[in-house]
Amino acid sequence: MQDLDEFRQEVRQWLEANCPPSQRQPITPPEQYWGGRRGSFPSEDARIWFERMRDRGWIAPDWPTRYGGGGLSDRESRVIKQEMQRIRARTPLYGIGLWMLGPALLEYGNEAQKQRHIRAIINGESRWAQGYSEPGAGSDLASLQCRAQDMGDHFLVNGSKIWTTAADKCDWIFCLVRTNTEVKKQEGISFLLIDMDDPGISTTPIALISGESEFCQTFFDNVKVPKENLVGELNKGWSVAKALLVHERKLMAEMGSDSPRKVVAPNEAARKYLEFDNGRITDAQLRSDLVDYNMQMHAIALTHFRTFEEKASGVRSAAPLAMKYLGTEAEKTKSELLLAIMGSRGLGWEGEGFTTEELDTLRLWAMSKAMTIAGGSSEIQLNVIAKSVLELPQQAEK
Amino acid sequence: MPLVLNEEQRLLRDTAREFLAGNAPVAAMRKLRDERDALGYDALLWRKMAELGWASIILPEAYGGLDFGFLGLGVVMEECGRTLAASPLFASAAVGASALLLGGNSEQKAALLPQIAAGELTLALALEETHHHRPTHISTTAVPEGEGFVLNGGKTFVLDGHSADKLIVVARSSEDDRNAQGLTLLLVDRQTPGLSCQRTVMADSRNAANLRFDNVRVGADCLVGEAGQGWAILEPVLDRGRVALAAEMMGCALEAFERTVAYLKQREQFGVPIGSFQALQHRAAQMQADIELCRSVLLQALSAVDETPEQLPMLASLAKAKLNELVKRVTNEAVQMHGGIGVTDEMDIGFFLKRARVTMQVFGDTGFHKDRYATLCGY
Ligand SMILES: Cc1cc2nc3c(=O)[nH]c(=O)nc-3n(C[C@H](O)[C@H](O)[C@H](O)COP(=O)(O)OP(=O)(O)OC[C@H]3O[C@@H](n4cnc5c(N)ncnc54)[C@H](O)[C@@H]3O)c2cc1C
Repeated sequence: MQDLDEFRQEVRQWLEANCPPSQRQPITPPEQYWGGRRGSFPSEDARIWFERMRDRGWIAPDWPTRYGGGGLSDRESRVIKQEMQRIRARTPLYGIGLWMLGPALLEYGNEAQKQRHIRAIINGESRWAQGYSEPGAGSDLASLQCRAQDMGDHFLVNGSKIWTTAADKCDWIFCLVRTNTEVKKQEGISFLLIDMDDPGISTTPIALISGESEFCQTFFDNVKVPKENLVGELNKGWSVAKALLVHERKLMAEMGSDSPRKVVAPNEAARKYLEFDNGRITDAQLRSDLVDYNMQMHAIALTHFRTFEEKASGVRSAAPLAMKYLGTEAEKTKSELLLAIMGSRGLGWEGEGFTTEELDTLRLWAMSKAMTIAGGSSEIQLNVIAKSVLELPQQAEK
Repeated sequence: MPLVLNEEQRLLRDTAREFLAGNAPVAAMRKLRDERDALGYDALLWRKMAELGWASIILPEAYGGLDFGFLGLGVVMEECGRTLAASPLFASAAVGASALLLGGNSEQKAALLPQIAAGELTLALALEETHHHRPTHISTTAVPEGEGFVLNGGKTFVLDGHSADKLIVVARSSEDDRNAQGLTLLLVDRQTPGLSCQRTVMADSRNAANLRFDNVRVGADCLVGEAGQGWAILEPVLDRGRVALAAEMMGCALEAFERTVAYLKQREQFGVPIGSFQALQHRAAQMQADIELCRSVLLQALSAVDETPEQLPMLASLAKAKLNELVKRVTNEAVQMHGGIGVTDEMDIGFFLKRARVTMQVFGDTGFHKDRYATLCGY
């Protein structure tokens, strides 16, 4: 603990000296840096901040130093995160390479793959898309159909992926593909890394209810993928897929506490948009809704803390499996609450008559609806708890 | 008071459904949004609605009205809710016409109601001054000057505020800021000097505006009801608006619900229709149960307008609160049960979600109506 305190002091001083003041403000989507060949720094300060963090090894503090990580323990990594939050330091690099693929690759990739991709992720040189879902395979992911035929020295990929977030801006996509149709569906899936510049790949953006168009349908038409891009063994991709989903769900569980957008917190919104009498919100309904939300978030924060401590001391509990469900449902509650608190000011779509903050709140409300669907829906999260924690009898699948 | 529609009302419903499917499907609303239509609704559609008698549906025959009462209006509003049809029906034919019916003098009625009935004149109620519905918190002033009044102040969230021909402005002529006493209703031409309008683009892509009154001068003939006695008209007008809107919300919820149930039967995962999962079945069945409750409440509230107005305040609050909750729950579930496709703009479901949130704030959110219901019950 003594060491950790010293480490904290060190981190604090370093951040104080190295994080530019402009990078200590709440961030808006155009100010995020996602890396990649098509990416650019939103500002000079963002570049400086990213490069300093990268050189210090703190883009991925817990990844091994030989691939550009910080080689730190979970506790030390958390200290960095906490100290960054304390000064409201912006996340220097966003991306699912960093959040999802990297950790899975460290566990399942071979040395050549790690050398090639991990450092590129940390350096912001490659931006990744996730090619899991298909039009016919969402919750039932394992029923996916996108084919990869073994052609001797390469795979030939044909099919399509849907809801691929930002695929049109990415350099690479990691894909689940069908490599065997003769066996149980989970046993014929492989995990491939595919260069988005390969001939035969095309993307069509899909507009979202928030008015943005973040995701795409991605088509593969006779795409040649080198054999070396297979992660793990042939037909064993389902294990890699599931390991990666654990990282995805953990990320989504914590998204609420780390919102990239400049939106007000419900407490702040209440102060701004509601009437108080002697320190109490006069609207009984909204006061009650606000306290429900705050108590839930308090409990969720404590549970995040507990799961961290449990993991560090090797204790297992059901909590981690519930966090994606709890976190994303709470995000939806929060967005509904903000709208209710802001009244007609929370209903502005665009243009005059509303502040940017108000308009952002509505867009984020629309997006919050997607969070209990993406990364495995709430229903699927609950099914997992029922099955693997409670060991309830399962209905036979047809 | 039978809680079922009669033959005539059922016929009206069938005609309305058929008419709207042909003339104002959800696609028409999408087009208005995409084209950022300046009027915010299709003028031709409104003319056709007027020809069907919808603009005059609550008006007595003496003024060229159809005289179908609020149950008739409710039937049409509900169908409009199903296709999210944008038109002056709510602001003008339900709210505006009610204000004149309840508060107008015989000259005003004779001059204006036939025009409203024909769909040639549209009205809007300029009420709200803050972001929550607080109908007595009025600080816009109406100061007597000569025979008439001078208006100063600002209004927000005025539905059809930029498109209506005339506004019914709720202003204060005496008492303090938060008093039901001292309110005065004035009929103001939208083109009157000193009146400025900022159209606002809301989540539902329907019409709303902020208005400013800078020394707007109106004559004595613009007074609706008595000066300082506006609340006696305003409160029942709001209640009528609430139940009319509740009918629209019912349509919005029903359509989103039915589309979702159809999707549960059609979409397959794990080799079976997703509707075979009991986790979803029970939630759908619970919504059906909620819809049944809301149906009774809505019918009772609509018929109270014409038959037992003394019960209207409590029933209007019951209906608005219940429908607020229903439409919120159903639209949330509709998106969730559609999965990824439910959050795409291509799918209409999102339009129901967005319209629902706006209707939930119009003329009182759930908390407002729970509080009012409790107060009316004496606790
Ligand atoms: C914003 C967003 C971003 C996304 N980004 C990506 C991405 O980058 N890459 C990618 O591959 N995918 C991505 N997805 C896709 C996401 O993983 C799928 O949407 C999700 O798995 C659900 O699949 P589906 O959309 O086909 O819905 P379905 O599986 O068709 O589900 C429809 C409804 O049925 C319910 N349901 C299904 N099965 C059961 C069951 N057994 N029991 C009870 N209820 C059930 C679901 O919970 C849902 O409510 C994204 C989705 C969203 C919304």
